Formats: sequence, C-alpha cells, structure tokens
Amino acid sequence: MVKLGASGKLDRRDLTRVLLADRGGLLVVAGLGAPAWDISAVDDGPQNLPLWGGMGGAAMIGLGLALAQPDRTVLVLTGDGEMLMGIGSLATIAHQKPRNLAIVVQDNEHYGETGMQETATRHGTDLVKMAEGAGIQRLMLVTEAADVPALRRAVYANEGPFFAVVKIDPASLPLALPPREGAILQARMREHLMGPGAHLA
Amino acid sequence: MDRQAVESAPDAEADWPDRIYDLLKQYNVRQVALVPDAGHSRLIKRCLADNTLRVVTLTTEEEGVALMQGAWLGGERSVLLMQSSGVGNCINMLSLSSIHRTPMPMIITMRGDFGEFNPAQIAMGQATQAVLEAMGTIVHRADRAADVAETVEATLKLAYNTFRPTATLLGQRLLGAKTFGKD
Repeated sequence: MVKLGASGKLDRRDLTRVLLADRGGLLVVAGLGAPAWDISAVDDGPQNLPLWGGMGGAAMIGLGLALAQPDRTVLVLTGDGEMLMGIGSLATIAHQKPRNLAIVVQDNEHYGETGMQETATRHGTDLVKMAEGAGIQRLMLVTEAADVPALRRAVYANEGPFFAVVKIDPASLPLALPPREGAILQARMREHLMGPGAHLA
Repeated sequence: MDRQAVESAPDAEADWPDRIYDLLKQYNVRQVALVPDAGHSRLIKRCLADNTLRVVTLTTEEEGVALMQGAWLGGERSVLLMQSSGVGNCINMLSLSSIHRTPMPMIITMRGDFGEFNPAQIAMGQATQAVLEAMGTIVHRADRAADVAETVEATLKLAYNTFRPTATLLGQRLLGAKTFGKD
C-alpha cells in the first residue's frame, strides 16, 4: 500500500516505488524536477530517462520512444506544471494512439522546484478532462491509495494511450540526482535497447 | 487576391519535394514530425502515402523536437518539417539536443523572406537562421531547385553522423512560384 503524506494525499516517491517495482522491460521518461528525482531515488538505470530540461516535452519524448519501441511499455512520469506546458501534446498522442504509452501526472498543484507557486490545477483545471477532450480514451484520476493497484495494472496493460492524474502530497522530498551528463543518460538507454551497436549507429 | 499568392507553395511541376522524400527513404527516416506548410504539402502527401513512415502531425513545432529526442532514444531516425515561423516555437526545446547529443534534422520552408506579401511573417522569417544558430544548429540554405537535394542530404548526414540539430532552409525564392490552384 502506498504511504500518505502529511496532507493525507499520496506520497510521490512511494507511488513511484510501487509503479516501478518488478518493472520488467518498462522504460520511463521523467519530467524535469521532482519526477526525475523520484525515479532516480527508486531505481536509477538504463531504462530511465530523467530529464534535466525540455520542460513541456516529456510526453512527446515518450511518444517518440513508444513508436520506436512498440514492444516495450513506456511510462511518462511527470508533474502538473510540466504537463500543462505541453498540454497540446495530448492531442498529438491521442491522434497517434500508441498502445504502449502511459502518462502518469503526479499532481501536487504546485511548481515544486521554484518556490511552490500554485499551478492551474490548484484552481480548477482538470487534466483528466483535458486529456479526455484531447481524445485519449483510457483515463484515471487517483486520489486514494486503494486505487494504486489499478493504476499500476493500467500502466502495464499496453492498452493505451493511457493517461492518469494522481493527486499527491506537496512535500519536497530529499534530492536524488541522476547523472547530469545527458549524453550518458541517452546512450545508456540506447545501449540497453540495441546493444553496443547503438554507439555505432 | 488569389490565396495562392498569399501562401507560398512550389509549382506543381517542381519535383524537388520528391527528391526530399527519396532522401528520407535513403537515410532510413522512420518518424516524420510536422506542422503543415503549403511549401511542404507535396512532401507531406508522399510521406502520408508511405506506410513505413510514421507521420506525426503536431499541435506546435516544439513537440516535434521532443519527438525526435524520443525516436532517437528508441533507435529510430526522425525529421521535423515546418515553416520558418515554427522555429520560434522550438527554441528552448532544442536544448534537448545539446543536453543528450541527439540528431535533430529540420527541413524548413521560409516565409518572411524573398518577396514576402504578409508583414506578419517578416519578424520571425528574418530571425529564423539567427535563432537556429544561437541554439547550436548548423544551417544551410537552398534557394534554387537544383540545390535542394544536396543541401537536404547534407543536413541529414550532419545530424545523424555528428549528433546535433541541423537545418535546411528552403528559401522563398524557391517556393514562391504561384501555383494558381494546380496543387
């Protein structure tokens, strides 16, 4: 069962731990900031691309990866601020219909890396409805720990595109930094997928 | 005014879009990201008709930069087709290429360039090359049909062989022929 934070909402890192446990071939793209720290704290390695930049691009990076690797499940784990910045990409993804792409937004209703300013989701913006309006059909809003097993099943089901918002506790957790050299982050996933020949492409 | 005089599109007789399509095939491009432009319409039709190319129509051009990042991460080559005005939408996202050393070739049809009609196109059109270069992109131009294929080929090779953003600007002198509804 996923732990709860002081607010009574889900603990982001424990949620990440549950989503990535026994992950098999799951590839993860994490939006910059706390989602990148979360995946690095839980399970850093070649199947992760933690982003240091490109705000608004996480879902589209996930789409490009999912199209290139149709036999792998791709999870984009990102924050509400990052998703809002690239919100149009939900229409692009709905159009492409990648079955192996799941997007999970850890929604703390704040910009956590810049001083906890409130995002639009704090003021009524509903990302699940925006995804539905974009044309994504498999959707989930998670507010309770009891919903997390179903969320996990949906992420791994390959019946996407799948989009979920998880309302999480806004606490800032200890930093867990992945390698900062992006060439390594990219090359390690390419080598994982294609072997050493990836570096000769 | 005839709308064909407003939107720059290549003459229906011009075959350089087919040469670009041939190069995409030759270089094993698999994902074609685009925001439509009249100048790219013939190339887009060729790509859409090809089941081995995945055409990804974007809501804004910066999505295409992120898509190219993901495609390369997964072992596929991609390209971004857009109009010069879309370059302005890509600026920060192009940092993904310098962060990760990702090939990002772009084929850009120019507006605000040679004999432009629309004042709104001038600011971004005149800034296109400078903006791309400011973000580390190697930029080449083609202003004559005879130069298109070798310029685009250089752009593809530089991207895939040296892992960086590259661009061909297809000048309005090339695109500007009025089509009078032929295409």
